[in-house]
Formats: sequence, C-alpha cells, structure tokens
Amino acid sequence: MFRRYASPRHFHDLCGRLLPWLGWPCAALMAAGLWGGLVAAPPDYQQGEAYRIIFIHVPSAWLSLLVYAAMASAAAAGLIWRTRVAEAVTIACAPIGASFTFLALLTGSLWGKPMWGAWWVWDARLTSELVLLFLYLGIIALHGAIPDPRKAARACAILAIVGLVDLPIIHFSVEWWNTLHQGQTVFRLDGPSIHPSMLAPLLLMAAAFTLFFAAVLLMRVRCELLHRERRRQWVREVRA
Amino acid sequence: MGRPEAAAGAFAAVVRRDVRAALRRPAEALTPVAFFVVVAAVFPLGSGAGPATLAAVAPGALWVAALLAALLSLDRLFREDLEDGSLDQLLLSPHPPALLAAGRIAAHWLLTGPPLLAASVPVAVLLALPPRSIPILLGALALGTPTLSLAGAIGAALTTGVRGRSLLLPLIALPLLVPVLIFGALAVRAAALGVSAAGPLYFLAALLALALTLAPFATGAALAVGAE
Repeated sequence: MFRRYASPRHFHDLCGRLLPWLGWPCAALMAAGLWGGLVAAPPDYQQGEAYRIIFIHVPSAWLSLLVYAAMASAAAAGLIWRTRVAEAVTIACAPIGASFTFLALLTGSLWGKPMWGAWWVWDARLTSELVLLFLYLGIIALHGAIPDPRKAARACAILAIVGLVDLPIIHFSVEWWNTLHQGQTVFRLDGPSIHPSMLAPLLLMAAAFTLFFAAVLLMRVRCELLHRERRRQWVREVRA
Repeated sequence: MGRPEAAAGAFAAVVRRDVRAALRRPAEALTPVAFFVVVAAVFPLGSGAGPATLAAVAPGALWVAALLAALLSLDRLFREDLEDGSLDQLLLSPHPPALLAAGRIAAHWLLTGPPLLAASVPVAVLLALPPRSIPILLGALALGTPTLSLAGAIGAALTTGVRGRSLLLPLIALPLLVPVLIFGALAVRAAALGVSAAGPLYFLAALLALALTLAPFATGAALAVGAE
C-alpha cells in the first residue's frame, strides 16, 4: 500500500487530497492560539506584554528541530530506497526549516533586547540555533550548486545525516563552552513553570505551526516533483 | 592473499601515492602552514598588541587559523583527482570507497598536521602564550587536526566538482568543525591559566574517535555520489 505512494504521480495526487485537511485546521488552530495568546492570556507579572512573543518564538524553535529530524529521516529513506519522493521531501524541508530557524532567532533577538538588554548573547541555545541555521543554509547552497537533481538530492541527504550526528555534539560542546564562560549569568528561556492560561495557547500555536509545516511541505514537494518530472507523461496529463 | 591484506595494501598505496606526489611539490604542500602563520600573525594587528589582550585572544586565534588552514588545503583534497580522472579509477577498484577516502584523509593529515604542529610553537610565542601552555597546545593540535581533516573531508567530497566550490566548502564544513574549535581553544586557555586541561583534551580525543569511525564512510559515500 505504501509502495504505491513512492511513485511521484500517486504522491502528488495524495498531497493534493491531504492539503485541505491540513490547511483549514492549521488556520483554525492558529486563530485560536493567537486569540488565546494575544488577547485572553494575562500579561506576565515580570515581563509584562513583551512575553507574548513566545507564542511565535517557542513554536518556531521547536519546529526548527522537528523539521531537521523530518529532513534527516527523509534523507535516510532516500539513500536507502532511492525513491524520488523521499529525495523531494528532503529538499523541500530545507528552506522551511531555515525559515523557522531564522524566525526563532529573530523573535528571540527582539525579545532579548528589552529583557536581557542585548540583541544577541552567546548563550548555548542561541549559538546552537545559529549553527543549525548554517547547516540548513549549507544544504540549500549545496542543492543549488549541483545541476543534476538526483545527485544533488543524494549529496544533500549525506550532509543532512552528517549534520544530524553533529547537532547534539555541537549543542553539547557549546553548552560546555558557555558554562565555563558566563557561569554567573544563567539565562532561562523556559522561566518558571508556565501557567495554564499561557500554556494552552502555546500548545495550540505549536500544533498550528506543525500543521503549517506539513501543509507547506506537501506544497513544496508537489512543486519539486512536477519540476523534476516535467518531461514525463503524467505531468503533461496533470497540466492538461 | 586474503581480503584484509589486500585492503591494507590498497590503503597504504593510496597514502604512499599522495605523500609522494606532495613531496615532489614541497612549496605547494607547505602553503597551508604558511597560511596558518600569516592568519595567526594578523590577529594581533586587528585586536591590539597589548600582552593582556593578546593572551586572551591567542587560544582562539590559533585555532581559527588552524581551521582556516585546514579548509584551504581540504579544497584541493579531491579536486585534482577528479580533474585527471584518477578518482574514477580509484572508485572502480574493488575496494570500498570508505577505505580509499580514509587513505586520502590519512595522507592529508600526514602532510598538513605535523608541519602545522611545528609551526604552532613559534606562533604561540608570537601570540604571547605562556610557555607552560605549549605542550598542551601541541597535544590539543595533535588530537584536533586529524578531526579537522576527517570532518572537513566530508565537505570536500560533497563539494568536489561543484560550481562555486571554494565558497561552498567553508559554509558546509565550518558547522561540522565548531566542536573541535571550542574544545581546542578551551584546552589551550585552561593551560594558559595554569589549570588542568584534561577535560577538553578528553573531549578532543572523543571527537577524534567518533570522526575516525564515521567520517571515512560519509566521505566515501559522498565521493560515490559525485562520481556517478
């Protein structure tokens, strides 16, 4: 049954059927989460209104890692089974993951200026997130530099898997480096245990972001498959 | 002749060929070391030459210079072989690509590592590192530079024969090399302060063990993709 969907044509059709089931719930959850986070949730007793950026920041940071995991899984599947669909998924993940990583860094920086008094600190989490952005950019650049799409996908898959092995090491080494350097200033992004009135919109937003990722991924995969298979009969039929 | 002997023979042949070819052009082989010295010597010019500033910057500067020198030499690791077709010949041999990649990486380290270690002593003096930290610096470089060669070779193999390679390689390889930079600089800094550098040195050794076991396979796979 699954083998059927390894064919680009069937996967393209499946994506088209799934998209509305992802898009509409995503819009509903995001509306509920934004209302809950920006209107219903009380201001924080320490940070006032500025904390509300976490409803964007925290889901972006979670997704930046989730997308990497998805990309590396698709990369492994593509290398093992050599399916064109898995290769397309690997490539489609990279720009989405880079965007989430960039959004997490940007919102974190906007929040950090009023809270910490600095746009950027060399905190362990910030540094790991920055290195993650470089990994994504490396994969995008490598893909752009190799003209043959199948070769490009396999090279990117190797890089994605190497990065997966390297990410925990980078995170751990950066944490070690940071603790020796700025032991007195311990920044806690998570803060004290969060109140249910703030947790609920946060989880809603996380669910909405995940659905958003899934929907955008399917759209990108469809485009990628159409582009790669543009000389095939089925693409002409779809276009007609 | 059994398979293990054949594999060891192929590995040794690759190493011998690379070392011999490099020794015929000694000026080219020593360029990365000259680059290392120049980069390290530029740091004081940019950061102020006071001994206190220098001592604070020196461990990081030394490691950044070593990292850039490794990147410079890794750019050439597979390029000439690809251009003259010998890479395809190597991959057509019955031996696994990982073994041949390991041979190339070993030769790369033999040609760049020891000269860099030797050059690091005068550079450390230039950067006003306390003399007591020089043995630790040498140990850290001895453990760290093979990891730079191993992890960087993955990036070199992925970018071989790719447009805009010389700019792409740093973008791909630098994130992989960050841990080596961190622990290498930590070890030297600890030694300069007179405290035990054992912790970072153990981490450098652990990174080396990990890179030794994984990097040849990733490099071999990347070469196989490129040669298809």
